[in-house]
Amino acid sequence: MSVNWSKYSSPQAFYPLAGRLIPWFAVVAVALMGVGLYMGFFVAPTDFQQGESYRIIFVHVPAAWMSMFLYVVMAVWAGIAMGLNARLSFMMAQAIAPTGAMFTFLALLTGAMWGKPTWGAWWVWDARLTSELILLFQYAGVMLLRTSIDDLRRADRSSAVFSLVGVVNVPIIYFSVQWWNTLHQGASVSMSTGSKMAATMLTAMLLMTVAFWLYSIAVILARARCIMIERESQPVWDEKPAVIPEAVEAR
Amino acid sequence: MNRSSMWEVVSGIVQRDLLLAMRRRSDAAMSVFFLVIVVSLFPLGVGPEPAVLRIIGPGVLWVAALLACLLSLSRVFTADYIDGALEQMVLVPQPLSVLVAGKVFAHWVISGLPVVLLSPLLGLQFGLGGEPLGVLVLSLLLGTPTLSMIGAIGAALVLGVRGSGLLVALLVLPLYVPVLIFGAGAVTSSMAGIGGEANLSLLGACLVLSLFLAPWATAAALRIALE
Repeated sequence: MSVNWSKYSSPQAFYPLAGRLIPWFAVVAVALMGVGLYMGFFVAPTDFQQGESYRIIFVHVPAAWMSMFLYVVMAVWAGIAMGLNARLSFMMAQAIAPTGAMFTFLALLTGAMWGKPTWGAWWVWDARLTSELILLFQYAGVMLLRTSIDDLRRADRSSAVFSLVGVVNVPIIYFSVQWWNTLHQGASVSMSTGSKMAATMLTAMLLMTVAFWLYSIAVILARARCIMIERESQPVWDEKPAVIPEAVEAR
Repeated sequence: MNRSSMWEVVSGIVQRDLLLAMRRRSDAAMSVFFLVIVVSLFPLGVGPEPAVLRIIGPGVLWVAALLACLLSLSRVFTADYIDGALEQMVLVPQPLSVLVAGKVFAHWVISGLPVVLLSPLLGLQFGLGGEPLGVLVLSLLLGTPTLSMIGAIGAALVLGVRGSGLLVALLVLPLYVPVLIFGAGAVTSSMAGIGGEANLSLLGACLVLSLFLAPWATAAALRIALE
């Protein structure tokens, strides 16, 4: 059976599809988050060096991964939107930014909470902290640029260009601050050498990552639906007035 | 009607922008004075100990150069945007990105080159001398064109937007971080006796990458702004 995927590039078709998908992603995200946190706090062994304080990594590492991953996803949507001039892709790029910024902030916050007992300081000018902070500035830049421009089409396209410029810059920033100064503990999980962590720790962390990922999808879809209602408050797709049945009910 | 070559158009734009700057010399002088004042404020705030000043010197000079470049960014496109010249440039048969490169080069000559030429004097104020001073000048010579290149993207994005002066700072300053790190790092490592070659090479790489990508992104941003 072949599905006509391009049909869903129209907000009109995407809106109800997103509405149907959100509960599934949300429920699975909450369930996995519950399992992941239980494993992280009760099953995973205590670290012999860092004691109990290391357990913040079950939130910290997935949040940091998601913050970078979502920036790339946002830039990909921005690139698709610029290339194909697709309305829905601009809306998706707009919907991703606040969630990405939230995860960046969460990664910085949990990092500070971990840094105080471990390094004895809330903040150090370490490479990864600094690049994460600059990532937060870039998310802020994307969102502020959008809100400063009144013309919707220009706001869409300008913030898309800026996110694409940023995605070229993020790796350069990452390496520049890494060579500049580094105090952060080396990565415990890497693709080339495999993991140095206990299996339960790794499982809990991966569960949390998947949970955060599904949470992001659910929230981003919900936000994209809000953006659609905002932008299409007077739908022009059709002669029939009730093109977004749920949206009309909500008004 | 004869079609002028790409080179003629670019050199025409550079000459025109330089001539306009010469007619309003105080504009260009302002960013240079800004640089001098900002740099002079640091010893007053931090204290006059030569040892401290020598440590913070490279960073202070580089941050001041970033800010001076930032303040002059609005001059790259705004006047042409207001009087409509920019729309004519978009309509020119030659690629817009090449024209943009010409305008950015003129901006660098007006606001970046004076910073480079003035930097030995300011470096002396911070107790730099000998090889580190030479590395400072060289790092600014390699780094300030990159600043103009990246800055032009921001300037084009905020063209005609309300609150554009502050917005362009928020957009562009995070993008300046690698240049700042490599630039100040070159001077610091030269002072430490390691030699600044590695950082200078990285600055050169940043310059080449920005020469390759920034005019193109700026042209895209200008087209969006002029739609």
